[in-house]
Amino acid sequence: MPTFVRTEKCDGCKGQDKTACMYICPHDLMKLDKDGSETGHAMKAFNQEPEQCWECYSCVKICPQGAIECRHYADVVPLGGSVQPMRGSDSIMWTIKFRNGVVKRFKFPIRTTAEGSIDPFGGKPMPKLADIGTTGTFTLDTMGGYRSGKPEELIRRK
Amino acid sequence: MAGTFEKPEVVQEELDILLIGGGMACCGTAYEVMRWAEAVKAETGKDLKIKMVDKAAVDRSGAVAQGLSAINTYIGDKQDPADYTRMISNDLMGITRDDLAYDVGRNVDDSVHLFEEWGLPIWKVDAAGVRHDGADAIKEGIPSLKDGGQPVRSGKWQIMINGESYKWIVAEAAKKALGLDRIQERVFIVHLINDKNDPSRIAGAAGFSVRDNTIYIYKAKAVMLAAGGCVNLFRPRSVGEGQGRAWYPVWNAGSTYAMAAEAGAELTMMENRFVPARFKDGYGPVGAWFLLFKARAANGYGEDYMTKNKELLNDYPPYGKANVPAACLRNHLMLKEMKEGRGPIMMDTVSALAKLRETLTPKEVKHLEAEAWEDFLDMSVGQCGMWVGENIEPEKKNSELMPTEPYLLGSHSGCCGIWASGPTDLGAPTTEEYEVPAHLPKGWSWGYRSMTTVNGLFTAGDGVGASGHKFSSGSHAEGRLAGKAMVKYCLDNADFKPELDETAEDIANAIWKPVRTFLEFKDYSTAIDVNPNYITPKMLQFRLQKIMDEYVAGVATYYNTNDKLLAMAEEKLEMLKEDAQKMRAKDLHELLRAWENYHRILTAEAHMQHIMFRQESRYPGFYYRTDKNFIDEENWHCFVNSIYDKKTHKWTCFKRKHVDLVDKTKLFAH
Repeated sequence: MPTFVRTEKCDGCKGQDKTACMYICPHDLMKLDKDGSETGHAMKAFNQEPEQCWECYSCVKICPQGAIECRHYADVVPLGGSVQPMRGSDSIMWTIKFRNGVVKRFKFPIRTTAEGSIDPFGGKPMPKLADIGTTGTFTLDTMGGYRSGKPEELIRRK
Repeated sequence: MAGTFEKPEVVQEELDILLIGGGMACCGTAYEVMRWAEAVKAETGKDLKIKMVDKAAVDRSGAVAQGLSAINTYIGDKQDPADYTRMISNDLMGITRDDLAYDVGRNVDDSVHLFEEWGLPIWKVDAAGVRHDGADAIKEGIPSLKDGGQPVRSGKWQIMINGESYKWIVAEAAKKALGLDRIQERVFIVHLINDKNDPSRIAGAAGFSVRDNTIYIYKAKAVMLAAGGCVNLFRPRSVGEGQGRAWYPVWNAGSTYAMAAEAGAELTMMENRFVPARFKDGYGPVGAWFLLFKARAANGYGEDYMTKNKELLNDYPPYGKANVPAACLRNHLMLKEMKEGRGPIMMDTVSALAKLRETLTPKEVKHLEAEAWEDFLDMSVGQCGMWVGENIEPEKKNSELMPTEPYLLGSHSGCCGIWASGPTDLGAPTTEEYEVPAHLPKGWSWGYRSMTTVNGLFTAGDGVGASGHKFSSGSHAEGRLAGKAMVKYCLDNADFKPELDETAEDIANAIWKPVRTFLEFKDYSTAIDVNPNYITPKMLQFRLQKIMDEYVAGVATYYNTNDKLLAMAEEKLEMLKEDAQKMRAKDLHELLRAWENYHRILTAEAHMQHIMFRQESRYPGFYYRTDKNFIDEENWHCFVNSIYDKKTHKWTCFKRKHVDLVDKTKLFAH
C-alpha cells in the first residue's frame, strides 16, 4: 500500500527545507516538490518510488497535517479499504475501513514514559576499565537480566 | 557548504569508533560504547571520538522501524541459555555457533529490561492468569519484568508487547547516550577501507549524503558494521507496487555482507536463507496465530499437512526427529501440498477464534479481537491492508498462507553472515581441524567479541553469522557486547593511527561514478532510461532478481536448483557485476539505489557460491540442490565459510569444523 499525500492537506511543512515525511522515511521515498516541476503541486511532498514502499507508515504517523494516507498495493489488493492511524504521545488510534463498509476502531498503548524522558545512564553503574575484558555488559549486576546458566550444560568447558 | 551534483564536496573526519547503521544492533552498540567511553574519560582523561552514521533516521531505521508486536527472545528466569542455544541449533539444522548463541542468551534479558524501563509497554499476566497490555499492567500495579512481573508468552521464547514505538524508544536511549553531535543521519556508507600498512586491519569507511552533494570519508580504529540483512535479491512474488511489501524491510540491501566481503572479512553460512511461511501477499506475522490463538493450517481440502506428511521428516535424520521440526522442514511439508496441486494453504482463523470464544466473556472476546489486529498493526500494517481490501474478518473468513521469496539475514530465523570472534569462557575450540586460508584465525575466538577476521571491524545483529534467532532484543544485546569489545580494542591499540590504503580522490571517484556516467551520456538518447551507455539501478535489480529466482532456487522453481543451474548463475552474475560498473544515477536518490544494488549483487554471489560449494541440501523447504537432494551429516556437518578477493573479484569457499558446546541429544528426547 504505497503512501500518498493529499494535495489539499499537505503544507510542505511550511516551507522548511525538509518535510517531516522526508525526515522519517527509512527508504528515502518522500520528496518535497519545491517548484511543482515533478508533480504539478509546488511545495508539497510526494512518494517518489511507490513500488519500494514497505507500508511501514512512518510518514503517515509523523505527518503533522494528517495529509498522508495509503492506497493498498494496486497490483495485489482490491480497492476501497483503508487503514489510518492517529499516533499520540502514549497511544495510537487506528480506524480500519473494509471494502464492504465495515469499520473497526482500535486503540493501543505505545509508550509508558513521556517522550524525551529517557535518562539512559541514570541509576546505572559507572564501569571500571579493569573489567573491560570480562564477559557481559556494564548493567550485568543491576538490570537483573543476566542468566548465568547451569555450568554442567557446557560440555566442553574445562 | 555542500558541493554540486557535478562536483561533490569531500568531507574527511578522524574517529576512534565508527558505527555504521542505526538499527537495534547499532543502538545497542551506541549505548554500551558511550558508557565505557565515559569510563575511559574518567580513568584516563582521554576522549574517544565516536560517530554513528545511518542511511535513514535512527527513530525509524532498521528492521524494527515499523514496530513489532512481540519480542522474540526473552529467556526469563525459568530457562537456561543452553536451552536457547539448543533451540537455535535445531531450527538451523545443526550448524550454528553455540558460543555466540549462548552469549546472546545469557545477556539478552538485560536489554529487554532496559526497554521496559525506557517505556516499552510489555504485556503481563496477573496472579489470576488474566493478561493485560503493557499500559494496563502498570495501572494494575503488576511489577516490571525486572521486578518479577510475568510476561505473556506467545511461545517458549517470545513475549508480547505493544510495540508500535519500539524502535522510537530504543533510538531515544541511543541518541541520548550519544548526543546529537555524534549522529550523522542520511549518510549511506558504501565502502570500507583497509589500512595502508596492514591490509588485515580496517582503517575507515566512506559514503555519501542522500540529502546534499557531500561525500564522507571516515578514518577509524574500530568500525561497527551493522547494516542489516538482504532483501529483494530474489524476484519477489509481487512484482508491481507490491514488491515493496517484502517480509523483511525492503531497505536491507546486503550492505553488511558486501562491504565486509570486500574488506576481506570471512563470511559464514551464506548458503543459509530464510523463507518464511506467512499470510500471503501482506506477509503478516503468523506466530501469534499459531502460538497464542492456537490456529491450525491445512491444505485447500482441509488436511493438516504437518500430520499428513509427517513421514517426510524421516528423510532428514536426526533433524526430522526433533521434538519441534525446524522451520525449513515445516515448509518442506507444506510445499509438498502446493507442488502436488492441493493448495491454497489456509490458516483456520475462524475455528481458532470460535474455540477461544467458547470459554471467554464478551469483554474478553473484544479484547481478543483487538489483540489479533494489533499483531498486524504493530508490525505489518500492510497485512491489514490486505484484509480490509479483501473483506477478511478473521473470525468469519480464513486466510491464505504462502512461503515467501528467499531472504538473507543473520538475526531472525536465518544464520548467514560474517564469521565473528566469540567469548572465551564457554569451551569453544581454539584449533582448526580443516585447512583454512593461512591468514585467517584458528578457533572461534581471536580476542574481541564480535570482531570479524579483519582487525578492528566488528559486527552484530544480522551481521554475525551462524547464530540466528537473536531477533530485536538479541541484536541489541549483541551490539552491546561488541561495543564493549570495541572500546577495549581502542585502548589496546592506542598508538595505532589508521591510514587509508586508497586516496580520497579515488574513493570519491568510485562513489560518484554512477553520477558521472549519467552526466556523460544522458544526452546520447532522447529517452532517459534507454541508453546503451548505462543501466538504471532499477533494471539492474530486475536482472539480479531474475537470475536468482530462476537459477538459484527462487519461487519460480519451487526453491530448486542444481550444479548446472548454479554454473549458469555464476556466469550471469559475473556479467551483471561487470555491468554494475555502468549503473547510472540521475539524482542522489538513484545513487542510493545504485549502491544498494551493488551490495545486493555481491551478497547474491556469496549465496550462490556457498550453495554451489555445499554438496548437499542442508535446508529442505528453503532450498534444494536437486543433484544432491539429501542431508550429508558425515561430510557436511560443518560450517561453509568464504573470503572474497576485491582485486580478482573471486570467491574462495572452505570448510570449518562444527563443534557442539552444549548437548544436542536433548532435542531428540521424546
